Amino acid sequence: MAGRGRGQLTFSVEIVGIGKGENLPPSSVQPTPLFPPLAQKPVPLQTGEEAEYMLALKQEFRGAMKTLPFYIRPAAPKKGQFGVKDELCHKHGFAYMVAESPAVPKQPKQPRVDKEEIIRKLETLEQKEEDGSSDEEEGEKKKPEEEEAEGEEGYDEEEFEDETDYIMSYFDNGDEFGGDSDDNIDEAIY
Amino acid sequence: MTAQEVRLCGLLLQEHFGNVVEKVGTHLIRSGVLTLRALAHETKLPLDLVKKSLCVLVQHGMCTFGAGRRGPAGPVEYRINCERVFHMLRYPRYIYTAKSLYGDTGELIVEEILQRGQMTMSSTVKTVADRLTHNMPEGQSMDYSEVVSAFSQLVETHFLQRCPLASAGSSSSGAVDTPLPVATQNFLVINSYDIYSTLSQGKRRRSSEDGEADQCAAKKARTDDSECGDDRIYWQVNFQRFHLHFRDQAIISAVSCKLDQSSSEIVRTMLRMSEVTTPAHAAFTQALSANEIFRALLSSYNIARPILDQYLSLLVDDPMEFVGKTGDSGGGMYVVNLHRALANLARATLESVVQERFGSRSARIFRLLLRKRHLEQKQVEDFAMIPAKEAKDMLYKLLSENLVQLQEIPKTPDYAPSRTFYLYTVNQLPTARLLLQHSYKTVGNLMERRLYETKENKRLLEKSQRIEAILASLQATGAEAAQLTEVEEMITVPERQQLESLRHHINKLDSSENQVDETIFLLKSYINSTQASR
Repeated sequence: MAGRGRGQLTFSVEIVGIGKGENLPPSSVQPTPLFPPLAQKPVPLQTGEEAEYMLALKQEFRGAMKTLPFYIRPAAPKKGQFGVKDELCHKHGFAYMVAESPAVPKQPKQPRVDKEEIIRKLETLEQKEEDGSSDEEEGEKKKPEEEEAEGEEGYDEEEFEDETDYIMSYFDNGDEFGGDSDDNIDEAIY
Repeated sequence: MTAQEVRLCGLLLQEHFGNVVEKVGTHLIRSGVLTLRALAHETKLPLDLVKKSLCVLVQHGMCTFGAGRRGPAGPVEYRINCERVFHMLRYPRYIYTAKSLYGDTGELIVEEILQRGQMTMSSTVKTVADRLTHNMPEGQSMDYSEVVSAFSQLVETHFLQRCPLASAGSSSSGAVDTPLPVATQNFLVINSYDIYSTLSQGKRRRSSEDGEADQCAAKKARTDDSECGDDRIYWQVNFQRFHLHFRDQAIISAVSCKLDQSSSEIVRTMLRMSEVTTPAHAAFTQALSANEIFRALLSSYNIARPILDQYLSLLVDDPMEFVGKTGDSGGGMYVVNLHRALANLARATLESVVQERFGSRSARIFRLLLRKRHLEQKQVEDFAMIPAKEAKDMLYKLLSENLVQLQEIPKTPDYAPSRTFYLYTVNQLPTARLLLQHSYKTVGNLMERRLYETKENKRLLEKSQRIEAILASLQATGAEAAQLTEVEEMITVPERQQLESLRHHINKLDSSENQVDETIFLLKSYINSTQASR
């Protein structure tokens, strides 16, 4: 059935009914529409006592099946199974179970640190008021040292608090990353 | 399994059993047979969830298990029965049929058994009686014996059947935990342990056998009075029997539409007489003589003997060929042509589909091609009496929808186009299969749209449910009218309108599913009948 040239059809168009020189409808260059317009309106649904009763039966059955023990719901995630990540999961959803990205926000940690700092600031301010203005300068110098010491201690406490193998600094948001590698400037930084 | 069938199975499983069972079921359909371990590994679900899902599916008869490829020593393999999943679409119809035949009691029995897959007789009777008592006015209570008699009737007419004796049957949730009170110990216990054990040793689990076993057992153990020791006897719905009933109904209504009421009553009588004697896949019923039919006709129909003969000859001569004459003894031997009736009903469905989608002239062309088998383009135009251009247009539209096929008949061995006949033809069976797949797709689309509508308005639906719950609790505790109106006004008027239109849409979609299912049933019965006769 090989045609004697590329332009020749394998059958004579007259047979199928298209006359010579007749305009064929333009070929379509896109898929048919998702909701094509209907040429005829569809027949209306059956109504009547039987149809309505069966409708009611169907909906009742569906509702009843949801209450039976056969309707299996996926199990809720158990608490404490995944350690640190579990806490994050509860707050931020399951994305953190899958992606081990270091871009975990520090919000769970910051309030605690802030609270401690605030409490200590208040205490030192109280002390200041009691001691009087003579100790102001000493107090001011002591404050940043105390805060640093407090901050480090607090940091160390956090590491051991959850009893996990994860180092808390792992979850830093990478702000300190660029600052550490000043030694090897000749290596390309990607 | 076609893609549309798998999609529909998934939607049905999700609607009735939840996402987990849907995931397990869909994966098992796609893979064919799998062992438990392979299934758990591939679906990445925890093993206990997979086990629970399989239990649910086995309980409802949708999953079968057996010895795997490695023989009885290897792990058990599971397989999903897709047809059974599709039956879930038809549950309302089964329940409605039971109601029309056996009243509210029958309706509730079938509904309970469908909800739970398999149940023991005692637990079914108890649940149904409690439900009926709950709905009755104060002071009255439902008698257990009435429920028991309805149950026995369902068993005797084979609408309910015993579950095959397998270890899965004993692990169902239908087992009775607490002993029933003394008043209920009089009910019928099918004492068929002995009969059943001898039957099941033949290793054939065909449920038709079980139905017959209970038929004879029910006749024996009439007054057996033991405690509710039917813990291991589970009952399920016999879908095949319901399908035969639906088929008979379709034939009777077709006859009444085509001819008249009296002829349909005659056909109804003939079908009723041959209910128990005709096997499920038979092409025609047992031959019945006109004398027998006359005697079996109910007197309320008021059909005299010569009138009956006239009606029978009218039925035989009708081109639809519902009834055939096979002999002359006994006043004429008549049969109902079941397969031919199904084929005619399927053909009417196809013609109706073409008519409603493409117009009556395209339907005329379609019917012409069905009758005349093969026609050339010119002949189609002449026979259908439609101008050439329009006939061409319609033919091409039908051809593009695959409802009509083109057949080449060469005059010369080299298939030269100028020397080949091109004939249009319609093949009923492949077209029926095509429309069946379209129907599955349609039901899938309807269900997805319904889920979408429900999800879009989830907030509103939950709010209205909460308010209804509050109203109900307030009314129960006897609140004032002012409080009730205050609570009712928590839903604003536009929200009420939105809720109303949502309910209207969902009702329409549900109703459409029920009606598409009727088409599915007809087409599937026709396709099955052609396969059985091969």
